[in-house]
Amino acid sequence: MIELDHITKRYDGRTVVDALSLAVPTGEFCVLLGSSGCGKSTTLRMINRLVVADAGTIRVDGADVTGLSPELLRRRIGYAIQSTGLFPHWTVADNIATVPRLLKWPEPRVAQRVDQLLELFRLDPAGYRRKYPHQLSGGEQQRVGVARALAADPELLLMDEPFAAVDPITRDALQGELARLHRATGKTIVFVTHDIEEALRLATSIAIMDKGRIVQRAAPPDLLEHPANDFVRDFVGRQGLGLKLLSVRRVADHLRRDETAEGEPVPQDASLRDALSAMTARHADRLPVADAAGRLVGVITLADLVR
Amino acid sequence: MRRSGWLASPLLWVGLLFAALLLRMEALRPFFRWAFPDVTPVIYDRASFLELFLAHLALVATASFAAALAGVALAIFVTRPLGREFRTMVDTLAAIGQTIPPVAVLAIAVPLLGFGARPTVIALFVYGLLPIIENAVAGLEGVPFDVKEAADGIGLSPRQRLFAVELPLAAPVILAGIRVSVTIAIGTATIGSTVGALTLGTPIFDGLVADKLPFVIEGAVLVALFAILTDMLFARLDRRLRRVVR
Repeated sequence: MIELDHITKRYDGRTVVDALSLAVPTGEFCVLLGSSGCGKSTTLRMINRLVVADAGTIRVDGADVTGLSPELLRRRIGYAIQSTGLFPHWTVADNIATVPRLLKWPEPRVAQRVDQLLELFRLDPAGYRRKYPHQLSGGEQQRVGVARALAADPELLLMDEPFAAVDPITRDALQGELARLHRATGKTIVFVTHDIEEALRLATSIAIMDKGRIVQRAAPPDLLEHPANDFVRDFVGRQGLGLKLLSVRRVADHLRRDETAEGEPVPQDASLRDALSAMTARHADRLPVADAAGRLVGVITLADLVR
Repeated sequence: MRRSGWLASPLLWVGLLFAALLLRMEALRPFFRWAFPDVTPVIYDRASFLELFLAHLALVATASFAAALAGVALAIFVTRPLGREFRTMVDTLAAIGQTIPPVAVLAIAVPLLGFGARPTVIALFVYGLLPIIENAVAGLEGVPFDVKEAADGIGLSPRQRLFAVELPLAAPVILAGIRVSVTIAIGTATIGSTVGALTLGTPIFDGLVADKLPFVIEGAVLVALFAILTDMLFARLDRRLRRVVR
Protein backbone atom coordinates (compact mmCIF):
# COMPACT_ATOMS: atom_id res chain seq x y z
CA MET A 1 0.00 0.00 0.00
CA ILE A 2 1.44 3.33 -1.09
CA GLU A 3 -0.16 6.65 -0.26
CA LEU A 4 0.93 9.93 -1.74
CA ASP A 5 -0.70 12.82 0.05
CA HIS A 6 -0.56 16.25 -1.60
CA ILE A 7 3.05 15.92 -2.67
CA THR A 8 4.67 18.82 -4.49
CA LYS A 9 8.04 19.14 -6.20
CA ARG A 10 9.47 22.31 -7.70
CA TYR A 11 12.64 22.75 -9.72
CA ASP A 12 13.90 26.33 -10.06
CA GLY A 13 10.46 27.71 -9.28
CA ARG A 14 8.79 25.45 -11.84
CA THR A 15 6.21 23.14 -10.30
CA VAL A 16 6.81 19.65 -11.65
CA VAL A 17 4.49 17.78 -9.32
CA ASP A 18 1.57 19.78 -8.01
CA ALA A 19 -0.13 18.68 -4.76
CA LEU A 20 -0.60 15.20 -6.15
CA SER A 21 -2.45 12.56 -4.16
CA LEU A 22 -2.56 8.91 -5.10
CA ALA A 23 -3.25 5.70 -3.22
CA VAL A 24 -2.07 2.40 -4.63
CA PRO A 25 -3.59 -0.54 -2.75
CA THR A 26 -1.59 -3.72 -2.22
CA GLY A 27 -1.55 -5.96 -5.28
CA GLU A 28 -2.49 -3.22 -7.72
CA PHE A 29 -0.62 -2.64 -10.98
CA CYS A 30 -0.81 1.13 -11.20
CA VAL A 31 0.44 2.81 -14.37
CA LEU A 32 1.36 6.50 -14.32
CA LEU A 33 0.65 7.55 -17.88
CA GLY A 34 1.50 10.87 -19.50
CA SER A 35 3.68 12.64 -22.02
CA SER A 36 7.25 13.59 -21.16
CA GLY A 37 7.56 16.36 -18.62
CA CYS A 38 4.23 15.65 -16.96
CA GLY A 39 5.92 14.72 -13.68
CA LYS A 40 5.33 10.97 -13.75
CA SER A 41 8.96 9.96 -13.29
CA THR A 42 9.49 12.54 -10.58
CA THR A 43 6.44 11.20 -8.78
CA LEU A 44 7.80 7.65 -8.99
CA ARG A 45 11.23 8.73 -7.76
CA MET A 46 9.74 10.46 -4.76
CA ILE A 47 8.33 7.13 -3.55
CA ASN A 48 11.82 5.69 -2.97
CA ARG A 49 13.24 9.11 -2.07
CA LEU A 50 15.57 9.43 -5.04
CA VAL A 51 13.81 12.77 -5.24
CA VAL A 52 12.83 14.53 -2.05
CA ALA A 53 9.35 16.04 -2.06
CA ASP A 54 9.08 19.74 -1.20
CA ALA A 55 5.72 19.27 0.45
CA GLY A 56 3.28 16.50 1.28
CA THR A 57 3.74 13.07 2.78
CA ILE A 58 4.42 9.66 1.27
CA ARG A 59 3.57 6.51 3.20
CA VAL A 60 4.62 2.98 2.33
CA ASP A 61 2.60 0.42 4.30
CA GLY A 62 1.51 3.20 6.60
CA ALA A 63 5.02 4.43 7.47
CA ASP A 64 6.12 7.91 6.43
CA VAL A 65 9.13 7.43 4.12
CA THR A 66 10.93 10.48 5.50
CA GLY A 67 11.20 8.65 8.81
CA LEU A 68 13.12 5.75 7.22
CA SER A 69 16.74 5.59 6.13
CA PRO A 70 16.77 5.94 2.33
CA GLU A 71 18.97 2.84 1.90
CA LEU A 72 16.80 0.60 4.07
CA LEU A 73 13.65 1.90 2.35
CA ARG A 74 15.08 1.26 -1.13
CA ARG A 75 16.21 -2.28 -0.30
CA ARG A 76 12.55 -3.07 0.39
CA ILE A 77 11.40 -1.55 -2.92
CA GLY A 78 12.38 -3.00 -6.28
CA TYR A 79 13.51 -0.40 -8.81
CA ALA A 80 13.96 -0.90 -12.55
CA ILE A 81 14.74 1.79 -15.12
CA GLN A 82 14.76 2.17 -18.89
CA SER A 83 18.54 2.06 -19.29
CA THR A 84 18.75 -0.89 -16.82
CA GLY A 85 21.71 0.64 -14.92
CA LEU A 86 23.32 -2.79 -14.66
CA PHE A 87 26.80 -2.67 -13.14
CA PRO A 88 29.04 -3.27 -16.17
CA HIS A 89 31.92 -4.70 -14.12
CA TRP A 90 29.77 -7.34 -12.42
CA THR A 91 28.44 -10.59 -13.84
CA VAL A 92 24.73 -11.18 -14.34
CA ALA A 93 24.67 -13.24 -11.13
CA ASP A 94 26.44 -10.55 -9.10
CA ASN A 95 24.12 -7.87 -10.47
CA ILE A 96 21.03 -9.81 -9.49
CA ALA A 97 22.56 -10.67 -6.11
CA THR A 98 23.19 -7.02 -5.19
CA VAL A 99 20.27 -6.42 -2.84
CA PRO A 100 20.21 -9.90 -1.23
CA ARG A 101 23.91 -9.39 -0.41
CA LEU A 102 23.22 -5.93 0.98
CA LEU A 103 20.61 -7.62 3.17
CA LYS A 104 23.29 -10.15 4.19
CA TRP A 105 21.50 -13.25 2.95
CA PRO A 106 23.64 -16.38 3.34
CA GLU A 107 25.49 -17.09 0.09
CA PRO A 108 23.76 -20.43 -0.77
CA ARG A 109 20.39 -18.70 -0.51
CA VAL A 110 21.64 -15.87 -2.75
CA ALA A 111 22.84 -18.32 -5.41
CA GLN A 112 19.57 -20.21 -5.28
CA ARG A 113 17.58 -16.99 -5.65
CA VAL A 114 19.70 -15.87 -8.63
CA ASP A 115 19.06 -19.14 -10.46
CA GLN A 116 15.37 -19.00 -9.63
CA LEU A 117 15.07 -15.49 -11.10
CA LEU A 118 17.06 -16.35 -14.21
CA GLU A 119 14.71 -19.26 -14.80
CA LEU A 120 11.69 -17.03 -14.18
CA PHE A 121 12.89 -14.74 -16.96
CA ARG A 122 13.72 -17.66 -19.23
CA LEU A 123 17.48 -17.18 -19.13
CA ASP A 124 19.32 -20.48 -18.67
CA PRO A 125 21.25 -20.06 -15.37
CA ALA A 126 24.22 -22.17 -16.48
CA GLY A 127 24.68 -20.04 -19.58
CA TYR A 128 23.90 -16.60 -18.20
CA ARG A 129 25.13 -16.55 -14.59
CA ARG A 130 28.70 -15.64 -15.50
CA LYS A 131 28.07 -13.37 -18.45
CA TYR A 132 28.70 -9.65 -18.27
CA PRO A 133 25.99 -7.11 -19.18
CA HIS A 134 27.74 -6.08 -22.42
CA GLN A 135 27.46 -9.68 -23.64
CA LEU A 136 23.65 -9.57 -23.46
CA SER A 137 21.07 -8.30 -25.94
CA GLY A 138 18.93 -5.31 -24.97
CA GLY A 139 16.01 -7.52 -24.04
CA GLU A 140 18.19 -9.80 -21.92
CA GLN A 141 19.72 -6.81 -20.13
CA GLN A 142 16.24 -5.55 -19.38
CA ARG A 143 15.23 -8.96 -17.99
CA VAL A 144 18.30 -8.96 -15.75
CA GLY A 145 17.47 -5.41 -14.67
CA VAL A 146 13.98 -6.46 -13.63
CA ALA A 147 15.37 -9.65 -12.02
CA ARG A 148 17.71 -7.49 -9.94
CA ALA A 149 14.78 -5.35 -8.86
CA LEU A 150 12.91 -8.47 -7.76
CA ALA A 151 15.87 -10.23 -6.15
CA ALA A 152 15.08 -9.62 -2.50
CA ASP A 153 11.40 -10.36 -3.15
CA PRO A 154 10.18 -6.81 -2.43
CA GLU A 155 6.47 -6.29 -1.89
CA LEU A 156 6.64 -3.16 -3.99
CA LEU A 157 8.13 -2.61 -7.43
CA LEU A 158 8.80 0.76 -9.08
CA MET A 159 9.44 0.71 -12.82
CA ASP A 160 10.37 3.74 -14.91
CA GLU A 161 9.67 3.05 -18.61
CA PRO A 162 11.58 -0.23 -18.33
CA PHE A 163 10.66 -1.45 -21.81
CA ALA A 164 10.87 1.81 -23.76
CA ALA A 165 14.30 1.12 -25.25
CA VAL A 166 13.78 -2.42 -26.54
CA ASP A 167 12.42 -3.49 -29.92
CA PRO A 168 8.64 -4.08 -30.29
CA ILE A 169 8.83 -7.88 -30.34
CA THR A 170 11.00 -8.03 -27.24
CA ARG A 171 8.81 -5.42 -25.56
CA ASP A 172 5.74 -7.53 -26.24
CA ALA A 173 7.46 -10.57 -24.68
CA LEU A 174 8.66 -8.59 -21.66
CA GLN A 175 5.20 -7.12 -21.10
CA GLY A 176 3.78 -10.63 -21.21
CA GLU A 177 6.32 -11.81 -18.63
CA LEU A 178 5.64 -8.88 -16.35
CA ALA A 179 1.88 -9.41 -16.56
CA ARG A 180 2.38 -13.10 -15.78
CA LEU A 181 4.63 -12.18 -12.85
CA HIS A 182 2.10 -9.76 -11.48
CA ARG A 183 -0.69 -12.31 -11.68
CA ALA A 184 1.51 -14.96 -10.06
CA THR A 185 2.94 -12.90 -7.19
CA GLY A 186 0.36 -10.16 -6.58
CA LYS A 187 3.09 -7.60 -6.02
CA THR A 188 2.20 -3.94 -5.90
CA ILE A 189 3.66 -2.28 -8.97
CA VAL A 190 3.90 1.39 -9.89
CA PHE A 191 4.90 1.65 -13.54
CA VAL A 192 5.66 4.80 -15.52
CA THR A 193 5.11 4.95 -19.27
CA HIS A 194 4.05 7.29 -22.06
CA ASP A 195 2.74 4.39 -24.13
CA ILE A 196 -1.04 4.06 -23.93
CA GLU A 197 -1.03 0.55 -25.41
CA GLU A 198 1.45 -0.60 -22.78
CA ALA A 199 -0.64 0.98 -20.04
CA LEU A 200 -3.85 -0.66 -21.27
CA ARG A 201 -2.18 -4.02 -21.48
CA LEU A 202 -0.53 -4.07 -18.06
CA ALA A 203 -2.47 -1.85 -15.68
CA THR A 204 -5.20 -2.75 -13.26
CA SER A 205 -5.47 0.99 -12.72
CA ILE A 206 -4.22 3.91 -14.82
CA ALA A 207 -3.47 7.40 -13.54
CA ILE A 208 -3.26 9.86 -16.43
CA MET A 209 -1.03 12.79 -15.58
CA ASP A 210 -0.68 16.28 -17.01
CA LYS A 211 1.27 19.25 -15.66
CA GLY A 212 2.10 17.55 -12.39
CA ARG A 213 -1.46 16.52 -11.59
CA ILE A 214 -3.53 13.40 -12.01
CA VAL A 215 -6.22 14.13 -14.57
CA GLN A 216 -8.05 10.84 -14.26
CA ARG A 217 -7.61 7.62 -12.35
CA ALA A 218 -9.53 4.62 -13.62
CA ALA A 219 -9.36 0.99 -14.63
CA PRO A 220 -8.37 0.63 -18.31
CA PRO A 221 -11.89 -0.08 -19.72
CA ASP A 222 -13.41 2.82 -17.73
CA LEU A 223 -10.74 5.17 -18.96
CA LEU A 224 -11.64 4.32 -22.55
CA GLU A 225 -15.40 4.37 -22.07
CA HIS A 226 -15.68 7.32 -19.72
CA PRO A 227 -12.82 9.75 -20.30
CA ALA A 228 -13.06 12.56 -17.76
CA ASN A 229 -12.33 15.36 -20.22
CA ASP A 230 -10.95 16.22 -23.65
CA PHE A 231 -7.36 15.86 -22.50
CA VAL A 232 -7.91 12.21 -21.60
CA ARG A 233 -9.98 11.67 -24.75
CA ASP A 234 -7.13 13.06 -26.87
CA PHE A 235 -4.51 11.14 -24.94
CA VAL A 236 -6.13 7.73 -25.25
CA GLY A 237 -6.76 8.58 -28.90
CA ARG A 238 -10.07 9.10 -30.63
CA GLN A 239 -8.86 6.94 -33.51
CA GLY A 240 -8.97 3.23 -32.91
CA LEU A 241 -10.90 3.57 -29.65
CA GLY A 242 -12.96 0.50 -30.47
CA LEU A 243 -9.86 -1.62 -30.99
CA LYS A 244 -8.40 -0.38 -27.72
CA LEU A 245 -11.62 -1.35 -25.98
CA LEU A 246 -11.34 -4.81 -27.48
CA SER A 247 -7.77 -5.03 -26.22
CA VAL A 248 -8.75 -4.41 -22.59
CA ARG A 249 -11.69 -6.85 -22.57
CA ARG A 250 -11.13 -10.52 -22.05
CA VAL A 251 -12.55 -13.45 -23.94
CA ALA A 252 -13.54 -15.09 -20.62
CA ASP A 253 -16.12 -12.34 -20.00
CA HIS A 254 -17.86 -12.72 -23.39
CA LEU A 255 -17.94 -16.45 -23.56
CA ARG A 256 -20.85 -18.71 -24.59
CA ARG A 257 -20.51 -21.79 -22.48
CA ASP A 258 -22.12 -25.10 -23.53
CA GLU A 259 -21.45 -24.45 -27.21
CA THR A 260 -18.74 -25.80 -29.46
CA ALA A 261 -16.95 -24.74 -32.62
CA GLU A 262 -14.37 -26.09 -35.01
CA GLY A 263 -10.71 -25.07 -35.16
CA GLU A 264 -7.78 -24.07 -33.00
CA PRO A 265 -9.06 -22.69 -29.65
CA VAL A 266 -8.16 -19.23 -28.34
CA PRO A 267 -7.12 -18.97 -24.65
CA GLN A 268 -9.83 -17.57 -22.38
CA ASP A 269 -7.51 -14.93 -20.91
CA ALA A 270 -6.73 -13.56 -24.39
CA SER A 271 -8.16 -10.14 -25.25
CA LEU A 272 -11.14 -9.68 -27.55
CA ARG A 273 -8.73 -7.98 -29.88
CA ASP A 274 -6.75 -11.22 -30.17
CA ALA A 275 -10.01 -13.08 -30.81
CA LEU A 276 -11.03 -10.62 -33.54
CA SER A 277 -7.63 -10.95 -35.08
CA ALA A 278 -7.90 -14.73 -35.11
CA MET A 279 -11.43 -14.62 -36.63
CA THR A 280 -10.29 -12.23 -39.37
CA ALA A 281 -7.26 -14.32 -40.21
CA ARG A 282 -9.23 -17.57 -40.31
CA HIS A 283 -12.37 -16.21 -42.00
CA ALA A 284 -14.41 -17.58 -39.07
CA ASP A 285 -17.11 -15.88 -37.00
CA ARG A 286 -17.00 -18.48 -34.20
CA LEU A 287 -13.96 -19.74 -32.33
CA PRO A 288 -13.63 -22.36 -29.59
CA VAL A 289 -12.18 -21.13 -26.29
CA ALA A 290 -9.85 -23.07 -24.00
CA ASP A 291 -8.74 -22.49 -20.40
CA ALA A 292 -5.14 -22.37 -19.21
CA ALA A 293 -5.02 -26.18 -19.06
CA GLY A 294 -6.19 -26.42 -22.68
CA ARG A 295 -9.70 -27.73 -21.88
CA LEU A 296 -12.47 -26.36 -24.11
CA VAL A 297 -14.75 -24.12 -22.08
CA GLY A 298 -17.02 -22.57 -24.74
CA VAL A 299 -17.24 -20.43 -27.83
CA ILE A 300 -16.79 -16.79 -28.76
CA THR A 301 -18.62 -15.31 -31.76
CA LEU A 302 -18.17 -12.16 -33.81
CA ALA A 303 -21.43 -10.78 -32.47
CA ASP A 304 -20.24 -11.31 -28.89
CA LEU A 305 -17.33 -8.96 -29.48
CA VAL A 306 -19.56 -5.90 -29.73
CA ARG A 307 -22.05 -6.86 -27.04
CA MET B 1 49.58 -16.69 -19.85
CA ARG B 2 51.52 -19.10 -22.07
CA ARG B 3 55.18 -19.63 -21.29
CA SER B 4 56.36 -18.51 -24.71
CA GLY B 5 54.29 -15.32 -24.40
CA TRP B 6 55.98 -14.59 -21.14
CA LEU B 7 59.43 -15.07 -22.62
CA ALA B 8 58.60 -12.80 -25.56
CA SER B 9 57.46 -9.99 -23.26
CA PRO B 10 59.54 -6.81 -23.71
CA LEU B 11 59.00 -6.14 -20.01
CA LEU B 12 61.25 -9.08 -19.12
CA TRP B 13 64.07 -8.04 -21.43
CA VAL B 14 63.99 -4.35 -20.53
CA GLY B 15 63.96 -5.39 -16.86
CA LEU B 16 66.97 -7.67 -17.34
CA LEU B 17 68.88 -4.97 -19.22
CA PHE B 18 68.12 -2.43 -16.48
CA ALA B 19 69.18 -4.83 -13.71
CA ALA B 20 72.36 -5.74 -15.56
CA LEU B 21 73.41 -2.11 -16.06
CA LEU B 22 72.49 -1.28 -12.49
CA LEU B 23 74.61 -4.06 -10.99
CA ARG B 24 77.32 -4.56 -13.61
CA MET B 25 78.05 -1.20 -15.25
CA GLU B 26 81.65 -2.26 -14.69
CA ALA B 27 81.37 -4.62 -17.62
CA LEU B 28 81.11 -1.62 -19.95
CA ARG B 29 84.41 -0.14 -18.72
CA PRO B 30 86.34 -1.26 -21.90
CA PHE B 31 83.70 0.34 -24.07
CA PHE B 32 83.76 3.65 -22.18
CA ARG B 33 87.58 3.61 -22.12
CA TRP B 34 87.60 3.17 -25.87
CA ALA B 35 84.99 5.89 -26.45
CA PHE B 36 86.40 8.38 -23.92
CA PRO B 37 90.16 7.78 -23.77
CA ASP B 38 90.80 11.12 -21.98
CA VAL B 39 88.44 10.57 -19.05
CA THR B 40 89.30 8.76 -15.77
CA PRO B 41 87.53 7.15 -14.15
CA VAL B 42 85.01 6.30 -16.86
CA ILE B 43 82.51 4.59 -14.52
CA TYR B 44 80.85 6.74 -11.88
CA ASP B 45 82.28 5.60 -8.54
CA ARG B 46 81.20 8.02 -5.82
CA ALA B 47 78.19 5.84 -5.06
CA SER B 48 76.95 2.52 -6.44
CA PHE B 49 74.27 2.73 -9.08
CA LEU B 50 72.13 0.39 -6.99
CA GLU B 51 72.33 2.76 -4.04
CA LEU B 52 71.41 5.71 -6.30
CA PHE B 53 68.53 3.79 -7.82
CA LEU B 54 67.11 2.77 -4.44
CA ALA B 55 67.27 6.37 -3.20
CA HIS B 56 65.67 7.55 -6.46
CA LEU B 57 62.98 4.91 -6.13
CA ALA B 58 62.29 5.88 -2.53
CA LEU B 59 61.86 9.56 -3.49
CA VAL B 60 59.49 8.80 -6.36
CA ALA B 61 57.55 6.16 -4.44
CA THR B 62 57.03 8.44 -1.45
CA ALA B 63 56.02 11.46 -3.51
CA SER B 64 53.84 9.54 -5.98
CA PHE B 65 52.13 7.47 -3.30
CA ALA B 66 51.27 10.64 -1.39
CA ALA B 67 50.15 12.38 -4.60
CA ALA B 68 47.99 9.43 -5.61
CA LEU B 69 46.39 9.25 -2.19
CA ALA B 70 45.80 13.01 -1.97
CA GLY B 71 44.80 13.34 -5.63
CA VAL B 72 42.23 10.55 -5.57
CA ALA B 73 40.90 11.72 -2.20
CA LEU B 74 40.48 15.26 -3.54
CA ALA B 75 38.83 13.95 -6.71
CA ILE B 76 36.38 11.90 -4.63
CA PHE B 77 35.67 14.94 -2.47
CA VAL B 78 34.93 17.31 -5.35
CA THR B 79 32.66 14.78 -7.08
CA ARG B 80 30.46 14.34 -3.95
CA PRO B 81 27.50 16.68 -3.42
CA LEU B 82 29.27 18.14 -0.39
CA GLY B 83 32.46 19.10 -2.24
CA ARG B 84 31.07 20.09 -5.62
CA GLU B 85 31.58 23.78 -4.90
CA PHE B 86 35.31 23.22 -4.37
CA ARG B 87 35.73 21.67 -7.80
CA THR B 88 36.98 24.81 -9.58
CA MET B 89 39.25 25.74 -6.71
CA VAL B 90 40.93 22.33 -6.60
CA ASP B 91 41.31 22.30 -10.39
CA THR B 92 42.93 25.73 -10.32
CA LEU B 93 45.31 24.90 -7.48
CA ALA B 94 46.41 21.68 -9.16
CA ALA B 95 46.94 23.51 -12.45
CA ILE B 96 49.08 26.12 -10.70
CA GLY B 97 51.10 23.30 -9.12
CA GLN B 98 51.70 21.93 -12.60
CA THR B 99 52.63 25.33 -14.06
CA ILE B 100 55.37 26.20 -11.58
CA PRO B 101 58.57 24.50 -12.74
CA PRO B 102 59.83 21.89 -10.25
CA VAL B 103 63.09 23.82 -10.02
CA ALA B 104 61.16 26.80 -8.71
CA VAL B 105 59.43 24.59 -6.13
CA LEU B 106 62.87 23.40 -5.06
CA ALA B 107 64.08 26.99 -4.81
CA ILE B 108 61.18 27.80 -2.51
CA ALA B 109 61.36 24.55 -0.54
CA VAL B 110 65.10 24.50 0.18
CA PRO B 111 65.17 27.60 2.43
CA LEU B 112 62.22 26.13 4.36
CA LEU B 113 63.19 22.47 4.54
CA GLY B 114 66.94 22.51 3.95
CA PHE B 115 68.89 20.48 1.42
CA GLY B 116 68.37 16.83 0.59
CA ALA B 117 65.49 14.52 -0.07
CA ARG B 118 62.67 16.43 1.66
CA PRO B 119 62.35 19.43 -0.70
CA THR B 120 62.60 17.01 -3.63
CA VAL B 121 59.70 14.90 -2.35
CA ILE B 122 57.62 18.07 -1.88
CA ALA B 123 58.41 19.28 -5.42
CA LEU B 124 57.56 15.91 -6.94
CA PHE B 125 54.34 15.71 -4.92
CA VAL B 126 53.14 19.16 -5.99
CA TYR B 127 54.14 18.58 -9.58
CA GLY B 128 52.55 15.15 -9.79
CA LEU B 129 49.19 16.04 -8.32
CA LEU B 130 47.49 17.55 -11.38
CA PRO B 131 47.42 14.53 -13.73
CA ILE B 132 46.12 12.37 -10.90
CA ILE B 133 43.33 14.75 -9.89
CA GLU B 134 42.32 15.46 -13.48
CA ASN B 135 42.11 11.81 -14.40
CA ALA B 136 40.40 10.74 -11.19
CA VAL B 137 37.73 13.45 -11.59
CA ALA B 138 37.24 12.51 -15.24
CA GLY B 139 37.04 8.83 -14.30
CA LEU B 140 34.52 9.36 -11.52
CA GLU B 141 32.42 11.68 -13.65
CA GLY B 142 32.57 9.21 -16.51
CA VAL B 143 30.64 6.59 -14.56
CA PRO B 144 27.31 6.46 -16.44
CA PHE B 145 24.51 8.36 -14.75
CA ASP B 146 22.08 5.46 -15.01
CA VAL B 147 24.50 3.14 -13.21
CA LYS B 148 24.81 5.58 -10.30
CA GLU B 149 21.05 6.13 -10.35
CA ALA B 150 20.43 2.38 -10.23
CA ALA B 151 22.98 1.96 -7.42
CA ASP B 152 21.10 4.54 -5.36
CA GLY B 153 17.71 3.22 -6.39
CA ILE B 154 18.32 -0.34 -5.28
CA GLY B 155 19.71 0.73 -1.92
CA LEU B 156 23.49 1.09 -1.96
CA SER B 157 24.68 3.63 0.59
CA PRO B 158 26.82 6.50 -0.79
CA ARG B 159 29.93 4.77 0.56
CA GLN B 160 28.97 1.41 -0.97
CA ARG B 161 28.24 3.13 -4.26
CA LEU B 162 31.68 4.76 -4.23
CA PHE B 163 33.67 1.65 -3.39
CA ALA B 164 31.64 -1.03 -5.17
CA VAL B 165 30.62 0.86 -8.29
CA GLU B 166 32.28 4.22 -8.94
CA LEU B 167 35.92 3.52 -8.04
CA PRO B 168 36.10 0.15 -9.84
CA LEU B 169 34.55 1.66 -12.97
CA ALA B 170 36.83 4.70 -12.81
CA ALA B 171 39.92 2.63 -11.97
CA PRO B 172 41.44 2.41 -15.48
CA VAL B 173 41.20 6.19 -15.93
CA ILE B 174 42.54 6.85 -12.43
CA LEU B 175 45.42 4.47 -13.07
CA ALA B 176 46.24 6.28 -16.33
CA GLY B 177 46.65 9.50 -14.34
CA ILE B 178 48.92 7.84 -11.79
CA ARG B 179 50.95 6.33 -14.61
CA VAL B 180 51.59 9.73 -16.21
CA SER B 181 52.39 11.25 -12.83
CA VAL B 182 54.87 8.53 -11.81
CA THR B 183 56.62 8.53 -15.17
CA ILE B 184 57.07 12.31 -15.01
CA ALA B 185 58.26 12.04 -11.40
CA ILE B 186 61.00 9.56 -12.31
CA GLY B 187 62.45 12.04 -14.82
CA THR B 188 61.88 15.09 -12.65
CA ALA B 189 63.46 13.51 -9.54
CA THR B 190 66.88 13.81 -11.18
CA ILE B 191 66.92 17.57 -10.51
CA GLY B 192 66.71 16.72 -6.80
CA SER B 193 70.41 16.06 -7.12
CA THR B 194 70.98 19.81 -7.48
CA VAL B 195 69.80 20.26 -3.89
CA GLY B 196 71.68 17.29 -2.51
CA ALA B 197 69.19 14.44 -2.85
CA LEU B 198 70.75 11.19 -3.96
CA THR B 199 69.23 10.06 -7.27
CA LEU B 200 70.25 8.59 -10.60
CA GLY B 201 70.53 12.26 -11.59
CA THR B 202 73.57 12.63 -9.33
CA PRO B 203 76.03 11.16 -11.88
CA ILE B 204 74.42 13.35 -14.53
CA PHE B 205 75.00 16.58 -12.61
CA ASP B 206 78.42 15.50 -11.32
CA GLY B 207 79.36 14.64 -14.88
CA LEU B 208 78.16 18.00 -16.18
CA VAL B 209 80.04 19.89 -13.47
CA ALA B 210 83.27 17.90 -13.84
CA ASP B 211 82.97 17.66 -17.63
CA LYS B 212 82.82 13.86 -17.55
CA LEU B 213 80.45 12.78 -20.30
CA PRO B 214 80.49 9.04 -19.42
CA PHE B 215 78.85 9.83 -16.02
CA VAL B 216 76.11 11.77 -17.80
CA ILE B 217 75.46 8.90 -20.20
CA GLU B 218 75.41 6.29 -17.44
CA GLY B 219 72.95 8.27 -15.31
CA ALA B 220 70.74 9.24 -18.24
CA VAL B 221 70.49 5.69 -19.62
CA LEU B 222 69.55 4.29 -16.21
CA VAL B 223 66.91 6.98 -15.60
CA ALA B 224 65.43 6.40 -19.05
CA LEU B 225 65.30 2.63 -18.56
CA PHE B 226 63.77 3.09 -15.11
CA ALA B 227 61.02 5.29 -16.58
CA ILE B 228 60.36 2.93 -19.50
CA LEU B 229 60.27 -0.10 -17.22
CA THR B 230 57.82 1.59 -14.86
CA ASP B 231 55.59 2.60 -17.75
CA MET B 232 55.58 -1.00 -18.99
CA LEU B 233 54.60 -2.24 -15.54
CA PHE B 234 51.69 0.21 -15.51
CA ALA B 235 50.66 -0.93 -18.99
CA ARG B 236 50.51 -4.49 -17.69
CA LEU B 237 48.52 -3.41 -14.62
CA ASP B 238 46.15 -1.50 -16.90
CA ARG B 239 45.50 -4.58 -19.06
CA ARG B 240 44.82 -6.65 -15.97
CA LEU B 241 42.41 -4.02 -14.64
CA ARG B 242 40.53 -3.73 -17.91
CA ARG B 243 40.04 -7.47 -18.02
CA VAL B 244 38.08 -7.16 -14.78
CA VAL B 245 36.40 -3.82 -15.43
CA ARG B 246 34.54 -3.78 -18.69
